[in-house]
Amino acid sequence: MLPIVGRRALHALPLLLIISLVLFGLLHLAPGGPLSTYLENPNVRPEDIERLRKAMGLDRPLGVQYLAWLAAFVRGDWGYSYADGRPVFDRVMERIPATLELIGAACALALTIAIPVAVVAASRRLVDRVSAPLAVAGISLPVFWFGLLLQLVFANALGWLPSSGRQAFDGGGFADRMAHLLLPAVVLAAALAAGWSRYLRRSMHEALALPFVAVARSRGISEARVTWRHALRVALPPFVTVVLLDASMLASGAVVTESIFAWPGIGSLFTESLAKRDYTVLMAFLMLGSVAVLVLNLIADLAVAWLDPRVSSER
Amino acid sequence: MRQSRRPHRIALIVLLALISAALMAPLIAPYAFDALDLANRRAAPSSGHWFGTDELGRDLFTRVFFGARVSLAIGLGSALLSVMLGTLVGATAGYVGRWADDLLMRTTDAMLCIPRLPLLMIAAAFAQPEVWLLVVLVSCVGWMETARVVRTSVQSIAARDFVAAARALGVAPWRVVARHVLPGTIPVLTVATTLAVGRGILLESTISFFGVGVQPPTASWGNMLYQAQTTMSTEPWLAVFPGAMIFVTVLACNTLGDAIGAPRQATSRSR
Repeated sequence: MLPIVGRRALHALPLLLIISLVLFGLLHLAPGGPLSTYLENPNVRPEDIERLRKAMGLDRPLGVQYLAWLAAFVRGDWGYSYADGRPVFDRVMERIPATLELIGAACALALTIAIPVAVVAASRRLVDRVSAPLAVAGISLPVFWFGLLLQLVFANALGWLPSSGRQAFDGGGFADRMAHLLLPAVVLAAALAAGWSRYLRRSMHEALALPFVAVARSRGISEARVTWRHALRVALPPFVTVVLLDASMLASGAVVTESIFAWPGIGSLFTESLAKRDYTVLMAFLMLGSVAVLVLNLIADLAVAWLDPRVSSER
Repeated sequence: MRQSRRPHRIALIVLLALISAALMAPLIAPYAFDALDLANRRAAPSSGHWFGTDELGRDLFTRVFFGARVSLAIGLGSALLSVMLGTLVGATAGYVGRWADDLLMRTTDAMLCIPRLPLLMIAAAFAQPEVWLLVVLVSCVGWMETARVVRTSVQSIAARDFVAAARALGVAPWRVVARHVLPGTIPVLTVATTLAVGRGILLESTISFFGVGVQPPTASWGNMLYQAQTTMSTEPWLAVFPGAMIFVTVLACNTLGDAIGAPRQATSRSR
């Protein structure tokens, strides 16, 4: 087990390097570089910009700037928001609990739909006939449009659920929190459940065709037990990988869903900052998102090694 | 398991109909693109305006047609470009191997770690792109999947005897790849391209919805929704129809991609 952890971690290092290079490049690709917000401001004189450039170290060689930026990032020094002058680190951290709440709810919802549907669909054609087209529809659905539609129907037309926010103005109890959570979680879960059920159905289908399943059947083990205990055991490790690898999709989904429902997480912080061209916050979001995906990739590798003994005994 | 072919035929017909409708938009749209009907502003769908009108009294049905030109062009353009990029990366990694493989595939892995949509939104916000540049940006965040499947496919083809024979005859490496290896990846590429069209349209519409993609007065399905979201509760039709067009188009692309991919999966399973 341990050698795998070490090997995978070593594998992740160059990825981290490339990611940081891409993001640093993006930052400097911006028209006017990191100072472009000032360039558009008529009240800032060219001399001031030159002074700022020196003060912020932007006149140093790119390589030096990159290393300084990376070192500062690792230390948690993510710069200051252009919008309100507060440290980016604080602004991001205060939004994380809301995002985790939404993502957690969405993933739980998506898994409770995807796993039973996929497992049953793999053996029952009737269920498959219905669920397969629904799943294709689910992955084709534009998330923002689906969100707007649900808002239109359940919040505006029917008035059953609040259209935005995380809780009522006066705080609100548990029921109020749940009511606020429901629509955004459903929107985020829909795309995930569709993709995941498609994948699990396919690997269940393959698992059910394996010889050992036929052996289990011939020994008189019930079909339900063969499906849920024997075949699912084989289909699960690759499924776990796919679920964890979808983390980057979660980051994109959270941006869209949170913005539509004004959910106060880092996703809506991102779109607010995008509207104000608040670079430092945007870059922190991307860097944090990429590192989170990378870490989840690592966890995925380890989870598969744990679930599937063949992987950990390799080499 | 044999699946019905009907959904795939319908998907193909829908796509062809959409593309031809987009091409002929000026001829068949009931109104001119920017014609104002000031008496009927914010009108609900009716026999005169099938999809209703917007705040300036422009016919939404007409605008959806013209929006199709931009959205489909970006979808198709970015699909072709991203598949070309992905093929270049994947074929080089798969055929050259060794350090080139390591470098290129690590880069691909790294790009897959960066959340795609936020990356594209930032790049678009910086570049404030024209439509052609938007195509390039969408391709730059969408080539990785193709690179992976092409690499795998190239590796397996390059190990075959006829490729070794071509090399033994002294055919130049780039010619071996172009004439002997790449033709074998065409099935994979067809699936990748079809799926990339859908993905491109989704990405474009999403960033336009957030106001950093296609800019007015050019209309795309995404930026029509951007303009519609503030008046959602009073004029829902402005949001419903452009979004439905995105959904139908992407659904058709995905259904078609599944259909082209399915026989291949079946054979690889039985092998």
